[in-house]
Amino acid sequence: MTRLPTWVFVAVAVVLVSAVVLFITSSGWVGSRPTERTITLDAHQFAFTPSTITVNQGDHVRIELVSTDVTHGFYLDSYDVEIAAPPGRPSTGEFVANRAGTFRFRCSQTCGPLHPFMIGELTVQPAARVNPGPFLAALALAILLGIGTVVWQWKSALRSEVLHG
Amino acid sequence: MASLSVEPRAPVADVASAAESRAPDRYDLLRIPLLRTILRHRAFQFSLMLVNTFFFMIVILSGLVGTPVGNRNFSIIFVWIVWWALLIMVLIPFASRLWCMMCPIPALGEWAQRGALIGRRIGRPFGLNLTWPKPLRNIWLQNLSFVGVATFSAVILTRPVVTSWVLISFIALAFGSMLVFRRRAFCRYICPVGGFIALYSMTAPVEIRVKDPEVCLKHCAAECVRGSENSYGCPWMEYPGTLTRNAYCGMCTECIKACPIGNVSVNLRPFGTDLLEPVRHLDEAYKGFIMLAAALIYSTVMLGPWGLFKDWANLGTGSFPHFVLYALGLVTTMLVIVPGLFLLASWIAKRASGARTASLRKLFVAFGYTTVPLGLMGWIAFSLSFVFINVSYAIPVLSDPFGWGWDLLGTASYPWTPYIPIVLPYLQVPLLLGGLILAIRLGYRVAVETLGNPRQALVALVPLATLLTGLTGVFLWLYLG
Repeated sequence: MTRLPTWVFVAVAVVLVSAVVLFITSSGWVGSRPTERTITLDAHQFAFTPSTITVNQGDHVRIELVSTDVTHGFYLDSYDVEIAAPPGRPSTGEFVANRAGTFRFRCSQTCGPLHPFMIGELTVQPAARVNPGPFLAALALAILLGIGTVVWQWKSALRSEVLHG
Repeated sequence: MASLSVEPRAPVADVASAAESRAPDRYDLLRIPLLRTILRHRAFQFSLMLVNTFFFMIVILSGLVGTPVGNRNFSIIFVWIVWWALLIMVLIPFASRLWCMMCPIPALGEWAQRGALIGRRIGRPFGLNLTWPKPLRNIWLQNLSFVGVATFSAVILTRPVVTSWVLISFIALAFGSMLVFRRRAFCRYICPVGGFIALYSMTAPVEIRVKDPEVCLKHCAAECVRGSENSYGCPWMEYPGTLTRNAYCGMCTECIKACPIGNVSVNLRPFGTDLLEPVRHLDEAYKGFIMLAAALIYSTVMLGPWGLFKDWANLGTGSFPHFVLYALGLVTTMLVIVPGLFLLASWIAKRASGARTASLRKLFVAFGYTTVPLGLMGWIAFSLSFVFINVSYAIPVLSDPFGWGWDLLGTASYPWTPYIPIVLPYLQVPLLLGGLILAIRLGYRVAVETLGNPRQALVALVPLATLLTGLTGVFLWLYLG
């Protein structure tokens, strides 16, 4: 039987480990005490103010979108929340921040040339203290893999040295 | 007798033994009769170029006369989302320079130069047919042209009319250069896209190579270079007999048509094979730095939450002094900061390993190639972020390419629908981590190749691996942080 190359195992391992790490660190696996938050988001070509929002996992978040020039929208990745606000007519949307991590929110109404890049970020801090969140977990994974690959090379070199003198 | 008109870069290596050692992990696609017939047919490349020329005309026309709203205009959606996604996520990683084979930009120039569309016209090519200047036989011009386009990318990518004029200028430049210089000088030495395709195509699992270089050495007619009754000499000015990398093979299939003894093959092979070839050049290393830096900058400016950077990059509505500041930052990051980090890693590596035989320059250039796997994965991760979110704009645009209120296919009112945003991190993180592993492994290989001593190479690998891990961390922060 043909033996699968090592890189196939490594690739599968990287995909699986990454998936598990991202899933665990972004899901609400430890209970939290939700609070109510209302955030007023000012939308103008081609930015949101504030451009970054931080809430805690489990929070009930109410977004009030205020457009100051043309009609803008608010779409939050992974939460499927969408609202639109013409200038001078604020609009609101609500959701429960049950997934930890950083999520992009973006304008969902064509508002000008850089519309596809009108982006902000919502950071949902993990409820559990032991949960580092997806970024730090992925970074730790990268560092471990970096060290692991160097060690792998080291061992391969040593083995080759033993074999070939 | 006419001299061989090849412009080689790589020294002629021991190709016979290289081919022999490569043979076991290759599968020649020309064994498939249908594919062999198609690739040998003169109309093959022409047909693909013609179809793309048709789409290109629509792109240019829609940019010029269509709506100025980018996401309602065929030119922006089909060039910068659909074509870009296909190019960086499919064509380059899996099919090498397949795009160059069907690219419509040099079509007019090549057809004019040949004085023929499909068939082989015997005789002197139309135009001055000058040889490309020797000092410019590298990709430095392509590096500069890419930096130039990248500087104005926020404007080019979002304004249909600008996209059209940029494409028109590419066609004009290709046409002009092909009337002055011989063969595909534009594609090989000028095209800003061709430069990075050259670099990243080395990772692809497809190659066009000769089956037995010894046969080429004994076969003096060299139709693959000079052309034959049924084929043109290599438009990319390569000699297939010594070809060891995909970088400058435009996959035009002329050599397949030319070889009277069937010594050319189209092989499937392991990913990244060419990166292990001991052919290293500073211009290519710099292309790697530029591309890695560009992926980081675009991820920051285009996909980040910082409106200030978008304002600065957006020359159309932003202030000019701020744009200059942005342009300086971009150019400095691409040409100084990222290469500087690799130079620092190379210097530490050389000092720590105690290597005396290899120069710092040689190590720096060799380490530059480790940006290829990481940079390509960085670009794919970046592209995933906006392609899946914005590709749904293509559906209404198909029905209304000019934004004039048409509804040709009944899809004009299809709403913007971001696809799989929740899945994106699950794709991006493994890609970046995979790129990191490949980059570090390649780093070890190039360190051994440069320093000649595995123990020294392992020591030299530590600063390089640290830098590569740090850069991966920056990507992760930009996507997850």
